[in-house]
Amino acid sequence: MTGTASNLPKNFFSDSGKKTSVLRLFRNHFLTGLCIALSLLTLVPLFSIVFLVIQNGLPLLSENLFTQLPPAPGLDGGGFGNAIMGTLVMVGISLGFSVPLGILAAIFVNEYASGSWLASTVRFVAKLLTGIPSIICGVFAFAAVVMTTHKFSALAGGIALAILILPTILLTSEQALLGVPYAFREASFGVGATPFQTIWRIVLPEAMPAIMTGVMLAVARAAGETAPVLFTALFSQNWIKGIMEPTASLSVLIYNFASLPYAYHIKLAWSASLILVAIVTLSNILAQVIFAPKHQ
Amino acid sequence: MACFLASILIIILLAFIIGEILVNAWPAMSKFGLGFISGIQWSPNRGLFGVLPVLIGTAASSFLALLLSLPLGLAIAIFLSEDFFPVPVRQVIRFVVETLAAIPSVVYGLWGIFVVIPLVQQYGAVLAAKFGFIPFLSGPAYGNSLLTASLVLALMVLPTITAISRSSLVAVPYTLREGSYALGATRWETILRVIIPTAAPGIVASAILGFGRAMGETMAVAMLIGNSQRLSWSLLSPSNTLSALLANQFAEADGIQVSALMYAAAVLVVLTLGVNIAGEAVLRRTKKATAGLG
Repeated sequence: MTGTASNLPKNFFSDSGKKTSVLRLFRNHFLTGLCIALSLLTLVPLFSIVFLVIQNGLPLLSENLFTQLPPAPGLDGGGFGNAIMGTLVMVGISLGFSVPLGILAAIFVNEYASGSWLASTVRFVAKLLTGIPSIICGVFAFAAVVMTTHKFSALAGGIALAILILPTILLTSEQALLGVPYAFREASFGVGATPFQTIWRIVLPEAMPAIMTGVMLAVARAAGETAPVLFTALFSQNWIKGIMEPTASLSVLIYNFASLPYAYHIKLAWSASLILVAIVTLSNILAQVIFAPKHQ
Repeated sequence: MACFLASILIIILLAFIIGEILVNAWPAMSKFGLGFISGIQWSPNRGLFGVLPVLIGTAASSFLALLLSLPLGLAIAIFLSEDFFPVPVRQVIRFVVETLAAIPSVVYGLWGIFVVIPLVQQYGAVLAAKFGFIPFLSGPAYGNSLLTASLVLALMVLPTITAISRSSLVAVPYTLREGSYALGATRWETILRVIIPTAAPGIVASAILGFGRAMGETMAVAMLIGNSQRLSWSLLSPSNTLSALLANQFAEADGIQVSALMYAAAVLVVLTLGVNIAGEAVLRRTKKATAGLG
């Protein structure tokens, strides 16, 4: 390149004054407007849902909701203490199964066998489990528990929910373990600790807050799910007597009461929605708050 | 050792789930064979079990939901990944979309019954009166309809589509934008001709995974779709989906009906697993593709 003046375009500088064509500019602004409008459109249904849940759910909110049983069809008064209790019991059962299993498997995948064929298989299976519709967890628990014990029960509902949240716990625990800096392990090995001591005394405590995040997210999911408990725990008008009995839950109560022709039952369904959304939101916020410290 | 067992247990669990469903579905499988899938009658009283209308309902509602939510989700993803607005405003929209994902399905159903059904009934009647000659819009217009279920489903899969599309848009290297701007392209010429084509595999993956989610969604659909096994061209008439069928009939079923429902569940598992594996495969290729561009 000799770079003589004749190589430059004649109107090299005059071009800069030329305006971008009106059509292009118009199209640019139009698309920006469209994009913003579509994004804001999402606010409408969300506000509608939140507004209606609060508006219809709030009037009934009192301690009666938590302490009393649902009224008979056509009657007013009462609450759904049994459903709140049932939801808590089933979420508890599901955590009892899936938390130990999920965390142990995450430790195996990330600490003992990372990079192995088995580890990638476990990850793949967890991914597949997240893709399975929640109702399939219910179908499985129906086949495995309800059909063998011949009883709809809180246990069956809890097992269905456990399968649903297992991948959440496994995958978030794995991320939590990955978040622990490798230097921690080297330091532990450096002072002569065994792999077992390193994992259980150093890595796991360090990863615990992030693992708890996964657990809280799992609680939020399990509490809100209806399909897996619909025909495993069924429903009950009474207080839970044992985990081998049909059990009420908030979500099934909403489903059952939503289509009843009684005004009071529909109000109860809205109140149950309010409490359910509150539980889910609270667990989600807790998850974010616990996750806040360290390594991220 | 316990960790090893836990891992093995998780693999066995998936096999056990599929196995248990297949074993219980076997009586229906051997009795009805593939006629189960092509049959158009589902009446347990007469021992007739065919899921074709339900399969069509599943496909139609998921497809319609995707059609509604893909443009919306893509618009939000662009909104979130471009700098039209300062970060706090974008964070609010992101929070809104994440909140949509957190609302339980059954609450969507309750909201749908009292908000979307009356709307669809009212405007559906007008549509049917004016455009009834189009088979998709022929009357009579019902509130519990394919359209109602699809509208709510669209809202429910929106977070999936937005999240995956956004992450693939953000993954487009900044140098590509700079190059495009340097050539004199406007912002939207850059978005439409450079950024979206580069992120296209990720957007396709988001659509596939959103479709998979829509197929599996149960409660909102069961509350809104009308649960009718009759075949109809109209979006305004009741329909049914595999998951809604399971939700509605399992608790009261016995004998061969349980087995037939297990068969339907097996079909649902095959369909959703297939769609999800396809989506994940596309997503994996996206990551490889954009990794080379940085």
